[in-house]
Amino acid sequence: MRKRVAIVGVGTTGFRPTSPDVSYRELTHEAAVRAYMDAGVEPKDIDGFVATSEDFLEGYSISDEYCNDQLGAVLKPISTVPGDFIQSLAQGVMMILSGVCRIVAVQCMSKASNMLTIPHMVGFALDPIYNRPLGLHPDFVAGMEMNRFLFETGTTLEQCAAVVVKNKRNALLNPFAAHGALLELDDVMSSEWISYPLRRLDVAPTADGAVVMVLAAEDIAKSLNDMPIWIRGIGWCSDTPSLETRDWGSAVYTRLAAEMAYKMAGIRSPRSEIDFVELSDEYSYKELQHLEDLKLCGPGEAGYLTESGATEMDGELPVNVSGGCLGVGHLFEANGGQKVLEVVLQLRGEKGKAQLPDVRTGLAHSWRGVPTTTGAVVILSND
Amino acid sequence: MLDETRIKASVTALSETDMRDGKVLTIKWKPKLYYAWDNGIAIGRYLQELKNGRIIAKKCNGCRRIMLPPRMFCELCWRPTDEWVYVQDTGTINTFVVSHVDWKASRIPPGQRYYTPAVIEIDGASKGMGILHMIDEIEPYEIKIGMKVKAVWKPPEERIGAITDIKYFKPL
Amino acid sequence: MGFRRVAIVGAGITKFVRRAQETPKELAFEAVRMALDSCEMTIKDIDCVVLGTAPDAFDGVHMNGEYLIDGAGGFRKPYMRNFVGGGTGVFAPIQGWYHVASGMFDTCLVVAEEKMSSCHPHPAGAFLTIFDHTTEQPLYPTLIWIFALEMHRYMTTYGISKRDIALVAVKNKKNALDHPSSQVAEEITVDDVLKSEVMAYPVNRLDISPTSDGAAAIVLAAEHVANRVTDKPVWIDGVGYSLDTAYWCTRDLAYPDYVEKAARMAYEMAGIREPRKEIHVAEPYDPFTYKELHHMEGLLLCGKGEAPQLLVDGVTQRDGDLPICPSGGLLGVGNPIAAAGLMKIIEIFLQLREEAGKRQVPGKPTCGLAQAWGDLMQVGTVVVMRR
Repeated sequence: MRKRVAIVGVGTTGFRPTSPDVSYRELTHEAAVRAYMDAGVEPKDIDGFVATSEDFLEGYSISDEYCNDQLGAVLKPISTVPGDFIQSLAQGVMMILSGVCRIVAVQCMSKASNMLTIPHMVGFALDPIYNRPLGLHPDFVAGMEMNRFLFETGTTLEQCAAVVVKNKRNALLNPFAAHGALLELDDVMSSEWISYPLRRLDVAPTADGAVVMVLAAEDIAKSLNDMPIWIRGIGWCSDTPSLETRDWGSAVYTRLAAEMAYKMAGIRSPRSEIDFVELSDEYSYKELQHLEDLKLCGPGEAGYLTESGATEMDGELPVNVSGGCLGVGHLFEANGGQKVLEVVLQLRGEKGKAQLPDVRTGLAHSWRGVPTTTGAVVILSND
Repeated sequence: MLDETRIKASVTALSETDMRDGKVLTIKWKPKLYYAWDNGIAIGRYLQELKNGRIIAKKCNGCRRIMLPPRMFCELCWRPTDEWVYVQDTGTINTFVVSHVDWKASRIPPGQRYYTPAVIEIDGASKGMGILHMIDEIEPYEIKIGMKVKAVWKPPEERIGAITDIKYFKPL
Repeated sequence: MGFRRVAIVGAGITKFVRRAQETPKELAFEAVRMALDSCEMTIKDIDCVVLGTAPDAFDGVHMNGEYLIDGAGGFRKPYMRNFVGGGTGVFAPIQGWYHVASGMFDTCLVVAEEKMSSCHPHPAGAFLTIFDHTTEQPLYPTLIWIFALEMHRYMTTYGISKRDIALVAVKNKKNALDHPSSQVAEEITVDDVLKSEVMAYPVNRLDISPTSDGAAAIVLAAEHVANRVTDKPVWIDGVGYSLDTAYWCTRDLAYPDYVEKAARMAYEMAGIREPRKEIHVAEPYDPFTYKELHHMEGLLLCGKGEAPQLLVDGVTQRDGDLPICPSGGLLGVGNPIAAAGLMKIIEIFLQLREEAGKRQVPGKPTCGLAQAWGDLMQVGTVVVMRR
């Protein structure tokens, strides 16, 4: 990389199950105001903007046309990435590395509470000719994948349930989280089947909230924030959308996205160089699958790591200290935003009771949810 | 450089009758996509006032614009907006259209009035602050840009807090 | 300048039709195949893929970008979609340019695909949902209203007649007779336009471009790769884009500020001081007749209200002083939204390489511009290219 890019400002509304008091404009605006204040900038200082949204999540077409007023981006260069926040972050990084922009703002938002027929909306992403006519609840895709993953790696249902217990407990220490709870393993193992082997408590419930971040080129980052968080590496990848021909046992997109990010960051042995991880756990087993595909442990080991407590807050590789999707809430396109936010706050030492000691490098990962095979990884450092 | 033969061969054109007559296999799907958008503070108040038979705007003391629809922050000054300001229910036509088709692009049946939407600059709001609404009680092709119009409201018991609480605007 | 040099080295485009049998993936595949073949590259040579496609409501697939991955060549590659409504076709190359100019990739495949015919009863109905759900949708507006409202304001502000505006359709539909992808090319007269049925006064049927299915793709490469692959690279020298407020009723509809802002950003990057002189050929977005004129003014190719005169004087014909839409534009070739914008980029690419066949403008043009527009008449996207 010719020069480095840092995150110099973050702002969020926090995440909650509903947000009836504010419109999507007001929600994003709050996050933007906080982010710009954190970075000490005003909209006029920002050269470019990237928003994140998908039409059918918002409920109107060409949703990108409504994203700019609340970011202060009127008559400014702004575009929308229908993808995950980490992909928008990548675009922001490329905008700065290209030399066109020096300061870029990146946004994402979830108003899941406004989506009344979520299974129909998510199901609308299934192939209209081969898959949709089966009329199944889209969680079936996760169920099938979980089944194959358990088969190939020998991971047990109890190990998946342990992920739920850990993450929801972690969420209780996260003031931004919407779905924290104190559960026992039995609570999870006795919750009803949704799509065997998926149980209801294996599935992350949705939440609303917005995240905005400000990126800056290396030469001005330090003047905007005493503790810029450096983007050491970023990668994203898409595997096939086809259900019939995909690799069900492993998350190839995560492996390839991580490879790209590690290469950029110059990381040879991830397990020893990454201090903590925030990854996509929209379904409990995804945490284990992604851990293995991020090469943070060997195939089949993630379940044992969890059971042994290695991924707890006080373990050797804390995973989803924020509570993950299971504890914070499933935010659709904003999942990546929540994870990057968490990594930034940990690296800055701003997490209070949930602060991890002596962290230098964190990894944030996201997956776009069923039925996609698209994921992104970003590696951040505070030095 | 463009290979004409290859381009012409790249796509097979179908006609409407091909589909109707079953010459190609088709799949139909009608999705159930229901949303309930939170209106938030600004639009929430706007709709509430429409139910009361009034139009309300919001002022930004930074740029001194009186803005319609009201918003909680000024997108140009980047600051929270200030007072709520009631504006009138009269205005001037900035531009209008005489539409012979409906939203599905089907022709309006003979005998039915053409649709005449317009951008109406509301009196009391800043210059250029317009809203989209319909014009009625005048022959469509007699409408002129610059005409003064006034809102015709639904009776109070029929208003629900929506933009349609105003039935249309009529010429003054 | 200081930017990493990025060139377009290959291009492919399908035929545009009202209703294609091919699935969206197949349409994308055809265009990508042709683009790769045109510069003798394979998908293995491509480092990353960028895709643009307009609202998912047409295709009837949520996360349409994901659905198209295998057709667009994005399998197991860094793949990103972009969206700025109708401006997408010209923004996709800009997003691709960012990928290569950042230094992170050396080659990028830019794909634009559209299949509007899947939407029943008519694709136009999908546009109902672009309006504000609370303050405007209850009135059941259509896309045609927006254009007609803007056209009416433009005509009244500058005293332009429908006759003058109709000349755009006459010129472009005639130009399109020479474009292999064209859907609705034909020789018509001004009277044909004025007599065609009224859709929404002041817009008549022949003032509008059709709904279409189609796809296009281009290959971008960094300088060292471009020089290896072709002896006629076309450099992207300037990129610009700008989005105006969503409160469209508060804007001056007679002049596209957002196009001017986007143009200025691109001109500054490209070092252009006098657009009228330095741009030799231009493809502004023409989904409706008056838009070509409206955009010419926004692109600073002439003064406000002056574009109709240039058209009447023949300046914007292919053999004129400033050829505008030599391809035939959307009015002549067709309007599969994202692919249409990329079609314009491809046209300038071909014109600058003198490979536009019967559409070639004389005089060896070395600098050209493509522009797209979209959303609620809000976004302008501009790319300046040079040989």
